[in-house]
Parts: sequence; structure tokens; C-alpha cells
Amino acid sequence: MRNLIVFLWKHQFFVFFVILEAVSLTLLFNSYSYHRSLANSTVNYITGSVYASYSEVTEFFGLKNENEKLAEENALLRNHLPVVVGQSDSVLIEHDSNYDYRAAKVVSNSVNRQNNYILINKGENDSMAAEMGVISSKGVVGIVIGTSSNYAYVMSLLHQNSRLSARIKKNNHLVNVLWDGHDYEEGLVVDIPSHIELYPGDSIVTSGNSLIFPEGIMIGTIREYMQSSNRDLSEAIIEFSADFNKLQYVYIIENKMKPEADTLMSAFEN
Amino acid sequence: MSNLHIRNIVRWVALVLFQVLVLNHMNLGGYINPYVYVLFILLLPVQINKSGLLLLAFLLGLTIDFFGNTLGLHAAATVLLAYARPGILRLFFKNLEFSTDEEPSISKLKPGGFLKYTLVLVFIHHMALFFLEVFSFQGFLSTLSRIGLSTLVTTLMIMTLALLFASRKK
Repeated sequence: MRNLIVFLWKHQFFVFFVILEAVSLTLLFNSYSYHRSLANSTVNYITGSVYASYSEVTEFFGLKNENEKLAEENALLRNHLPVVVGQSDSVLIEHDSNYDYRAAKVVSNSVNRQNNYILINKGENDSMAAEMGVISSKGVVGIVIGTSSNYAYVMSLLHQNSRLSARIKKNNHLVNVLWDGHDYEEGLVVDIPSHIELYPGDSIVTSGNSLIFPEGIMIGTIREYMQSSNRDLSEAIIEFSADFNKLQYVYIIENKMKPEADTLMSAFEN
Repeated sequence: MSNLHIRNIVRWVALVLFQVLVLNHMNLGGYINPYVYVLFILLLPVQINKSGLLLLAFLLGLTIDFFGNTLGLHAAATVLLAYARPGILRLFFKNLEFSTDEEPSISKLKPGGFLKYTLVLVFIHHMALFFLEVFSFQGFLSTLSRIGLSTLVTTLMIMTLALLFASRKK
């Protein structure tokens, strides 16, 4: 026993190194779980407030761009207005009242990791919960995976585990959208039936199958189509509509019918 | 508190803020992420207690992790860097004499020596960091090129900072 202690003391540099690495790696692998919990929500409170005061400063410099975007969005909404008012008794109204929208501000965001997350300033106090969709005025951004009382943690589309059910707007075929970890502007469309021809500029929108996003929200446009040489499913490169590097304001989408649909589905799956 | 402690505390705060508020938002060509905060470990006194060195590295890495929500990632890489540091110093500069509390500064090691010292340690750090981040050998070459390019940019930034501070002191 004494010898062991003497040995450990003599090699304390190495022993201490091994201990610290073991602690680090344990922390790391525990945090790798897919739907990672916000066990560190107290930490989020601290870092969140640092980021919040920082983003108040940077926000100021982005005001001009943000204004332009708001103006664009206003214009878009105005375009929809006569349709809604004029045909309020028709079934053609696009607005799906099952979904609730609310705005939130991005507190921190990254685009340069293999797994990117976004922190936004709405939490449980604003009745946020996991599995709500997040979009910007341009397109889909990600999905809420955890909440603390004042913040929500969003898994960005720019994540190795992100897989979004989508469809090709022009012909309604279902596909999936992934991210390959390279460029924050580009993702991958997979599972395209091989008889489909896609051209640069074709739109990819949400399918509505996941009950997280309503149908038809823009994800991006095709940049390059890679037809499979044999008869497998083809792939394409998609240019995301949302500019992840400039996110400042986002909208959270809540599907009010999702709990009901989930209960129904789980009842029949068991 | 001695001058040395104050200098290191200021350096800690400045480098952490610079890293999490500026560099973590930079994205050069989708591949390059500079991690300049390791300069703090590089500049600690040569004669520092080795366990203290490891502990400081662990805490520094953990701080960066808190801000990036990457718990343990930077801590692991920075502890490895700190573990390698005494050996690298001995390997490259065994002819140099360091007094108590003397830092391996750019004026002491000469620019060429400091460059060599930085390059090797930053490479070790980035190697651990990027492989732990992807956590697979899939896309080995793409990870390797991220490591190489990021090492170059980090080293370049560290050299610039070190030169700036060295010239200010004179």
C-alpha cells in the first residue's frame, strides 16, 4: 500500500493527467446523447446572460439588415392578407390554425461545429417545450430539444443527427434533408426516387409528416442534382434558405394537435 | 497578489472572451476554427507546478466548454496540451535557463523557437479536439484538413498576439 502511494506520488503528473482526462471524457460522452437533457441549465443561465448582453450590442449593428428583412416579411404577409380576408369561408385558406407561432431572439448560435445548437430567449415560462419547430423568416432552422425556465435549446439543421422529412414542391415526392457537416450553406437531399429529375432552383419544403412543422415551409433550393448511376435513390445538394450565420430572430412553431396525434399513434403502435 | 497573478488573470479573462464572443462566431470557409485561448497555457511560467498546470488547463477548457455547450471537449484537449508542454519545452529548449516565474515568451524563445513551440502544441490540441468532436474516423481526410488548416490559422493568430504584446512591453 505504501509502495503504491509512493509510486502514485512519484508519477503524480501522469496520474493527475489521467484523472483529468477521465473526467473530461466522461463529461463529453454523457453530453453526446441524442436528445441531450439540459442538465447544465444553471450553467446555461450564466452563459446565457453573458451571451444576451453581448447580443444586445451586436444586434445594434445588424439593425439595418434586420429592418430590411422585416420589411420583406411584412410585404409577404400583406400579400397573403387579401386571400385570407377575401375567402374566409373557403377551404383554400393556407393558414393552418393548428399551429401557433411566436417570435424569439437568438442568444447564441454556431455554424462551424459538426453538431450545432442554437440558444433562444424563450423558455418554459413562455410555455416552450421540446419538439417544437423553429424557423426564420427565410426557412426552417431547427427543432427545440430542451428548455430551461428562460431559454430553449435548439438542435440546428446543421447537426449530424438532423434528418428532416421534406417534399419536392413541384411534384410532392417525399424526400429527406440531412447535413453532411461541411458547409453551413449546403445540405443534402437524400432518398429521391431515381425517376425524378431535379433542376437547380427547385424548391424543397417541409412535408408536414412529422407534426413538428406545418406543411410547405421552405427549407431550401436545389443547387446540384446527382442522379444515381444504378437504380438506387438519388441525392442532391440543397442550398438552405435560412442564413444560419446571421440568425437573429426566429419563430417557434407549436402544433397544438401534436399531443393528441402522438397519443393516438402510440395507442396503435403498442 | 503579485504582478504575475494579475497578468495571468487578465490574460485568462481576455482570451476567454475573445474566444467565445469573437472567434467562435468566425467561420472561414467552413473548415477553419481558430482556438487562440490555448495561448494562456503556452505562456504560463516554465517552472510552474505541473499538477497546477494541468488543473489550470482543465478549468480553462471547461470554461470554453460552458460557453459552447460542448462539456468536456475542450477540457480534454487542453489537458492533453498541458501534459505535453513540459516535454516539448525540454525537447526544444534544453539549453535555455528559466528563472522562477519566467514565462516562455517570444523574446526568450526567439520568434523561430516560439513558432516551433506553438505549432507543435497547437497541433496536438487541435488533433485531440477535432477527432473528439467528430468522434469517428469517417471522413478522416476532411477532419485532417480541418486540423491542419485550423492549426495554421491558430498559430498565425497566436504569433500576432505574442508579437503585439512583446512589442508593447518594451
